[in-house]
Amino acid sequence: MNLGCGQAVESMSMPSSSVSCKSGDGVSDQFPVGLRVLLVDDDPTCLLILEKMLRNCLYEVTKCNRAEIALSLLRENRNGFDIVISDVHMPDMDGFKLLEYVGLEMDLPVIMMSADDGKNVVMKGITHGACDYLIKPVRIEALRNIWQHVVRKKRHEWKDAEQVGSVEDGERQQKLAEDADYSSSANESNWRNSKRRRDEEEDAEERDDTCTMKKPRVVWSVELHQQFVAAVNQLGIDKAVPKKILEMMSVPGLTRENVASHLQKYRLYLRRLSGVSQHQGGLNNSFMGPPEATFGSMSSFNGLDLQALAATGQLPAQSLATLQAAAYGRSTSKSAIPMPLVDQRNLFSFETPKLRCGEGQQQQPNNNNSKQLNLLHGIPTNMEPKQLVSLHQSAQSFGGMNMQVNTHGSQSNSLLSRTQMLNETSDGHVSRLQSSTGQPIMSTGCAIGVLAQNNNARGPLYIPVSIASSTPDFSVNNDTDLSGSSFPLGSNAGMSTFSSKGVLQEEFNSETKGSRGSLLSYDILNELHQQKSHVWGSQNVGLTYDASQHANIRGSLDVSPSVLVQQGFSSFQNVGQNRNAVSKAVFSARQESGHGNAPNFSRQLNTFLVDSSPSVKAERLPDSSYQNILFPEQFSQEDLMSVLLKQQQEGTGLVESEFGFDGHPLDNLPV
Amino acid sequence: MEVGQLQERFVDYTKSLFCEGFLDDQFLQLQQLQDESNPDFVVEVVSLFFEDSEKLLNDLTKTLDQQFVDYKRVDAQVHQLKGSSSSIGAQRVKNACIGFRNFCEEQNIEGCLRCLHQVKQEYSLVKNKLQTLFRLEQQIVAAGGAIPMVE
Repeated sequence: MNLGCGQAVESMSMPSSSVSCKSGDGVSDQFPVGLRVLLVDDDPTCLLILEKMLRNCLYEVTKCNRAEIALSLLRENRNGFDIVISDVHMPDMDGFKLLEYVGLEMDLPVIMMSADDGKNVVMKGITHGACDYLIKPVRIEALRNIWQHVVRKKRHEWKDAEQVGSVEDGERQQKLAEDADYSSSANESNWRNSKRRRDEEEDAEERDDTCTMKKPRVVWSVELHQQFVAAVNQLGIDKAVPKKILEMMSVPGLTRENVASHLQKYRLYLRRLSGVSQHQGGLNNSFMGPPEATFGSMSSFNGLDLQALAATGQLPAQSLATLQAAAYGRSTSKSAIPMPLVDQRNLFSFETPKLRCGEGQQQQPNNNNSKQLNLLHGIPTNMEPKQLVSLHQSAQSFGGMNMQVNTHGSQSNSLLSRTQMLNETSDGHVSRLQSSTGQPIMSTGCAIGVLAQNNNARGPLYIPVSIASSTPDFSVNNDTDLSGSSFPLGSNAGMSTFSSKGVLQEEFNSETKGSRGSLLSYDILNELHQQKSHVWGSQNVGLTYDASQHANIRGSLDVSPSVLVQQGFSSFQNVGQNRNAVSKAVFSARQESGHGNAPNFSRQLNTFLVDSSPSVKAERLPDSSYQNILFPEQFSQEDLMSVLLKQQQEGTGLVESEFGFDGHPLDNLPV
Repeated sequence: MEVGQLQERFVDYTKSLFCEGFLDDQFLQLQQLQDESNPDFVVEVVSLFFEDSEKLLNDLTKTLDQQFVDYKRVDAQVHQLKGSSSSIGAQRVKNACIGFRNFCEEQNIEGCLRCLHQVKQEYSLVKNKLQTLFRLEQQIVAAGGAIPMVE
């Protein structure tokens, strides 16, 4: 036996007759005999010992002492090995790097080993995709079972292959849908399909994350995504084509297809930020993962969006702060930026939804869990029109709604258009909303987003309307979400309270209580999520808060946030009746907000209506303490007004009684 | 000396090495790997270890002798020595390496030099012991006996 085996690669192959060949399923009756192992370690002593051990296990061992040699061996003979065992500390290349390469290029299971048993190192191995980590000195018993990793990997690959096909189809469909610029129903169905598939895909991805990467999927790690973004920025987003990006990134093993699909998602995300209306469905899903996860994502998105907005200068820094504050339900501090803006990368990290939302949320422990909470993250309490827009956006992102924050142009218009867009996108949900309310509620867009989130209708949509002008009942906050940010966060759980019921949970304690702030946009959101509850009218949601509905706005107007804001809430009163009311309220709220006063969402809704000024001014909101005003003020004022007025006529009284606030006649609302 | 006696000495000596911590369980693993197809496996591996370690120790001495010590390099080398010594079961050498790494982290030159000295000492000791053990084995084989397995 050569002792000086370090330099050359030694390959001692067992006589083929005694080795079972790998059949299609990789397992033969002699398996794991003959398992082809590539051993990489710069320490000659260890190399020799391990080789002997592996031979004793009847494996076929090839050893080398340099990572580069190992890689070239692997590349020359892609199917020549079943598993790779590599040391962590090597002079020519870090073991983790080798791990990444192998995972990307060959997708073989890789076992790391080291004398270093520190938790960090082991963790690093896991995050880089090693399927196992052995501590030296390695015993033969540890090596006997390595074949399990080969089998496991093969099984995953088979499963993946099945899913990938469907996912790719879904992606294709989605692309078409997007190009078509949402023709609504068509899009929606596509979107649904792709959403479903993406969910599966992502689930599968997550599942496999702990093991080595499965092909064909590439794990877009933080570093990888950063490289990607850098390349894209260098090329210019318009000129960034997958091929060039791939070249610039020069990551071995990354294919043009990987980059292309990632680029598509990235573009959608950017479009969302810039307020371009598009069919959001797909995007949401792709970035958000399953609805539940979206909440978390939402917050992260919120942060991101807000940040992005701020970054683009469209969102004044302060607005951003306030938005964030609102999101968190902070009532006051305008300057506080409660939520650290989530790193953009989170968006693209499909690894876990948690990643996405976790980072963005500051102290929101239950990002993932409580859908509601996430909604309003980052929504400032004082919402300026712009802020509302942003909130809108965040709300949207939350649910994966593609609510574009329309930061361009007049906000109201944009809001309106956005909501309209949402309407369209929601496949008619919005329109439903509209029809019920007669207003383009969703024009604010955010409502939609938020509402969409609110899949569960049961959660009452909290429309942070601080109807409760004087009555504390409205302290929606109490219940929850409404405090602070009244952004219609549609939560899947029905939480879509604008104010983030979910989001602010911490602040408000939200959840569930009933006052879920489901935002007006529930409808849309719901629709989007294929939920039954509709925002406005949806029984569950909308105005109902929690089941107790209607009339109880205990303070939290489940009505879509903006609605609540408006005085129109009084019209809410008939919660039971309406959706319209709610929506109107929302609208009015929106309009108010459009006035430019960032509503201080943190306020309790109660006070909201108190003000005399009719329109639910955004500013009022703060005063009125309706926490959740979530709607961006972009409503078309006319729309809102009409809604409100209608509501008002319908029966303002109810609201008052129910919510305990002085009904503010809609008359006040500026027309 | 007759075989029986040699064998007895061998067993006693091996046990003492374990008791005194020069060798640990990993050495037994090595012995178990030895078989007819590789009758000299243990000797080969241990010889390789000696060769490699001496190189490492020389390198370490040089690295620590620089005016500006590259502690990362020192750490990497000590880490390697730790890995190989643990692989053959040279327990005391391995333990000395662990302490050594701590001083590297602290960038404590005196501590490092002390540790280097200690590692060298342990290494010399275990080298001697193992060479003695191998000589005993050879004697047994030469006398026509079989090398006993030590539990």
